[in-house]
Order: sequence, then structure tokens, then C-alpha cells
Amino acid sequence: MKASRQGLVFTTFSTLLALSILPAAHGQDWNVLETGKSASASTRLAAADLKPTGGAADEAKHTFDATLYADLASAGLFDLVSKSQNPQATPGSQSEMNLGQWAAAPASAAYVAFGNFAAQNGKIVVNGFLDDAKNAQYPQIFTKLYNQDDSAEGARQAAHEFADDIILRLAGTAGIAETKIFYTKKDGLNKEIWMMDYDGANQHQLTHLGAISIGPRVSPDNSRIAFSTLDKNGFQIKVYSLLLGRIVAFSSVGGTNLSPAWAPSGQQLAFSSSRTGDPEIWVSDPAGSLAHRITSFAGPDVSPTWNPKTGAQIAWVSGRSGLPQIYIMDADGSGVIRLTDGGYASSPSWSPNGQFLAFAWDRKYGPGAPGGQDIYVMEIATKKWIQLTHDIGRCDFPSWSPDGRHVVFANDPDGRAEHTRVMSMLADGTQKRALTGAGADMPNWSWK
Amino acid sequence: MKTQRSRGMTPAWAVAALAISAGMMVVTGCHKKTSTPPAAMAPTESAAAPTATISADPLSIDLGQAVVLNWRTTNASSVSIDGIGNVQVNGTQTVSPSSSTNFHLVAKGDGGTTDASVRVTVRVPVTPTAPSGEGDMGSDALFHSHVQDIFFDYDSYELRSDAQASVTAAAAYLNANPNIKVLIGGYCDDRGSAEFNITLGENRANAAKQALVAAGVPAGRIRVVSYGKERQFCTEETESCWQQNRRDQFSIDR
Repeated sequence: MKASRQGLVFTTFSTLLALSILPAAHGQDWNVLETGKSASASTRLAAADLKPTGGAADEAKHTFDATLYADLASAGLFDLVSKSQNPQATPGSQSEMNLGQWAAAPASAAYVAFGNFAAQNGKIVVNGFLDDAKNAQYPQIFTKLYNQDDSAEGARQAAHEFADDIILRLAGTAGIAETKIFYTKKDGLNKEIWMMDYDGANQHQLTHLGAISIGPRVSPDNSRIAFSTLDKNGFQIKVYSLLLGRIVAFSSVGGTNLSPAWAPSGQQLAFSSSRTGDPEIWVSDPAGSLAHRITSFAGPDVSPTWNPKTGAQIAWVSGRSGLPQIYIMDADGSGVIRLTDGGYASSPSWSPNGQFLAFAWDRKYGPGAPGGQDIYVMEIATKKWIQLTHDIGRCDFPSWSPDGRHVVFANDPDGRAEHTRVMSMLADGTQKRALTGAGADMPNWSWK
Repeated sequence: MKTQRSRGMTPAWAVAALAISAGMMVVTGCHKKTSTPPAAMAPTESAAAPTATISADPLSIDLGQAVVLNWRTTNASSVSIDGIGNVQVNGTQTVSPSSSTNFHLVAKGDGGTTDASVRVTVRVPVTPTAPSGEGDMGSDALFHSHVQDIFFDYDSYELRSDAQASVTAAAAYLNANPNIKVLIGGYCDDRGSAEFNITLGENRANAAKQALVAAGVPAGRIRVVSYGKERQFCTEETESCWQQNRRDQFSIDR
């Protein structure tokens, strides 16, 4: 009974909507969050390499092909045809496409993405097509022209746009191939804020503060990053403008101030502040003004995250009863509910649809205890949870992708803090992959 | 105690009393240094040896008050005073030392080198253990011998009994040395959430601050900063190392 209460299966196709109880056939911690497994089996998609026009295949074309394939494979929505099973002919236009070849074994594709590629005058031009292999009469689902600079970065961007268009048409959900991930990276004794594409490409440094900066959170409109930097007076919130390329004002009035979190409106920040002595959750405007306290209970209160669907609730971590636990409350501080029932829980991230929290949890925490810190997802309405990571070392700082189907997190594979890296996975715990090397931590996925 | 050194052989006490001023004699325990006239002191040298005297008025002050240094030399071509640098051969200067200081004068001339010194005593408000003289906050070593780091149980910010004893001793020292400002750094071990640990470290530092305030140390002299687990003292994954990291570290807030 107890085990089955905690078992979950998520069965909806593109969003995590429905819950059903999984009989506890396996250990309760090994149940699986399914994000459209049955749907993906029927969505057999092939992606052909682009056909080069006017000259030799270009380095950017190969970058495009590899990026498109990786985007479609990592989406977790499709049964993607292995490239070795693709027909040998490379169609570059609708007239060159022989859908019968692609629909037949071994490809057995239901849908085919293909196109042609040209590089001229410092630009790449891609004509992308998506065909329904089962519709012989009107196969074309869409065709679109993608224009970018002739560079590896331009080719990746064009492939991300094509992948997002394919996902939108076939899955009815916005793709995430153009989203960004912000994180901290060790720089000697310091930590700076970095950003990268959702797939780990294009990693680059944003801040050069020469200090320990932690916990970047990007604003909903991608214009600013709030984070915390250690200075003479402890950790203080800073806001970096991605548009201006510099720090902009955020006023703090004493104490330690950290873990800022944007409200979905972008008009408010929730954060932890000890300006009155005890660390509590405060809410202010994006410049730190109009600050008001919404918790008042002795002990640490930190790591708020807003319900991105409603903006009306905040989940956070409180040590008011001892070890840190996850709580939720209304954004005015009322209606406090404790969600976790023990252990050491931290770093909540609220899913885009408002139904789930991802967080880090060590359920058997303590001296000599065998517990490991792993990523969990809990359905808020029922407090049912599942475990997403197992036996890969200490995991922390989960952050949802904007489509709610992926989670990025920090993983410390061997207990050495300096080896911590950023990984991503599907929200069912499958398709784990490292996005960075050692030294990266505290990832935050952009809102769009 | 009078001191006098020169390259000559004349006994110091034979002439030192000549230079003692009446104002200086009222201060017991502090004495002016003089040097002797050089005649016949350096038979092997043709040039006359320099002479030097330095006096201070008054010889004993309260912290923040000024002292006039007055020095006279003869047969000297260059004169320097430690801590002040090169000065004229005869002169006066007003100084305001922050702690008791030996003003040591060295006079160099063709006939040799002579020095003289005077000690100015600075009265710092009564201290059971007098700071040894590295600025008005005393030395770090003395501070740390009285104000010791305190350690915490895991995920706790309550002061243990051993920590209570340390804080009591620290409060006595800080109350006796009201010039000292103290920085309390809160630290956590390597496990758990980076963000939660910063707030836990804040609570640890605040627990010590509140105990010091309760023992009479003014809150305005205490600053708290939580470092969480961002600046580890010990980086091994062992319980003894974690214990070393779960601490409040006290330092002089200069």
C-alpha cells in the first residue's frame, strides 16, 4: 500500500497531465515518469541529411545535419530512424523525394524531414521540408526557408529553428532547441556566470566579477539574470542585463541576500534575506525596491521558486523544523503547506504547467546514513513523487525546460565538488547526458 | 632605567642625569634617554663623536592624545627616528601614537654613530591582558587565544555546551577590549544544498552574535557574514573534516 501510493506513471503525450498508479512491481524508488513513450513509438521520424546545392558540402552543412538529428533525438518525442537505415538517395526537394523508399523497411518512417543547403555571400540558406510518408497524395506538411550566417553558430541556429518547427507540427508543443541554460562555472577560487545553448553548445562566460557568484536565474523575457555574489558583507543579489552586457542596480539593505527567483510576470523577485537577522523569504521589484517579508519563522528560509503557471504561489526550502524541507505557500505568505516528509530536501523548481516540483532530496540523510542526493519530481496536488536519478553521484539544482519535458541538473559524479557538471534528462529520468565538463554547477533553464 | 650608547667608553650614568628634565621625572617608570658628551671617548678617531638626546612630553598619554618629541644632536650629519624617518639634526614633532612606542633616534656623523630613545606609554583603558602593540585592536594571535572558533553539529545552528564556554570566554575578552570589532564568519560542511548552507551559516554566525550580545558585547561591534560551503577550510570527505567546516570563525574586523 505504501509503495503503490508513491508509484507514478505519467502517460500524456506532450505535457505531463495525467497520473495513474503503477503497481509496485519494482522497488518504489525505481518507478518511471513516462513522457509519451507510447506516442513516440508510433511517431517514427526520419531526418535526411541536407542535399548540398552548388558546390561541395560545407562544414556548416554537416553541423546543421548533426544538430538537427541531435535536437530531434533528444526531444524524446520521436522514434528517430537511425541514419544508417535511411535510403541512400538524398532528396533536396519535393520532386526528388521518393516517399515509398522512406516508408518501407528498414526506415519505416511515418514522417521525413529533408531539404537542401546552399552557402553564398557569407550566408547559409536551407530549404527545409517535412513530409507525411503515409499521405501519398498531399505529403507535404510544411516547407520553410532558414537563413543564417555561414558559421557553425549560424548552422546550429538554423537547425534548432527547423527542429522546433518540426516538433511544433508533429507534437503540438513548442520546441526547446532555441532555449538557453545559465549556470555557474569555477574560475580558480571564483565562480562566474556562464550561458550555453540547451544542448551544451556555445558555452560562454557572461560575468567577470572576480568573485564567487552563484545561482543564476534568468528573467521570463530573457533580458536579465539575477544571481548572488559574495562580497565583503556576504552574499548579495546582483542583476546582469543581457541587453546591456553589464550589472544593473539592485538594492539590498543589510544581511545576506541570495537565491533570487523571478515571478512569471517579470515584475517581482522572491529571494532569501537576513536583513532582519533570520533568513526569510522576501519579495521585491526587480530593482530590489518595495521589499516585503512573506515568511516569519525562526530558521533558514531560502531557494524560492514561483508557480510559473499562476504566479500566485511560491515553493521554497525551510529549515524551520530541522533538516530542510520543501514547502509551498501563497505569494502573500499565507497557506503554508509542507510537501516533503523527511530527509534533506532542497532546490525546488516548479514545472511550467504548475503541477509538479522537481527538487533534490536525500531521503536518508545524516551521519553514516547511506542516503544519496538525487533528483525527484513530486505532484503537488497529491504529494506523490518519483525518483529520476539513481546511483550517479550527488545531484542538485534541477530546472525545468520550458516545454516541461526535460530537466537540467547538476551532477557531482565522485563527491569532489570541483567535478560537478551540468546534465540534462527527460522528465522521466531517461536520456541523461552531460552538457558540460567539470566545474559547471547550478543550471537554470530559460523560460522560452 | 637610563640607556645610553655611544662609541665612547664613558659610563652612562655619569652624565645622564644632567639631561633629565623635571617634567619627565614626575612619571615613574619612564625615563629619558641621553647620551654623553663625546670628548675623550674616542681616542682612535679624529672627528668628534656625535651626541644625541631625545625627550618626549608628556611621557605618558591616554589613547588619542598627542606627545611632543624634542631632540638635540651635535656632530651629526644625518639623524633618523624609527617610524618617522630622516629628520633635522635638532627639532620637535608632535605625534599621536596608538600604542606604547619606543621612539629610537640614530645620529650619524663623521665621528661615529650614536643613538638615543624615549618610550612613550599610551594608556589604553584597563585591560586584563594588555594588547601587545599591533594597532588598537591588538594582535591576531592574542585575539585568537581568547576568542576561539566554535563548532556545530550537522545541520544545526544551536550553540553546543563547548561553544557556549568559548563564547563566554570570547565575550570577557571583547568586553575588556572595547576597541576590538569582530567579524563572525558562518561556515558549513560540504554536504547538502549550496543555498541552504548559506542561510544555515547565517544562522550559525547569528547564534554566536546573539550570545555575545547577551553577554554584554555591543551589537554594533559585531559583523556577521555567511560563507556557506563556498570557502572550505578542509576539503576531505570525512566526518572530522566536515566537523572542522561546520564552524563560526572569529576574526578582528579591521
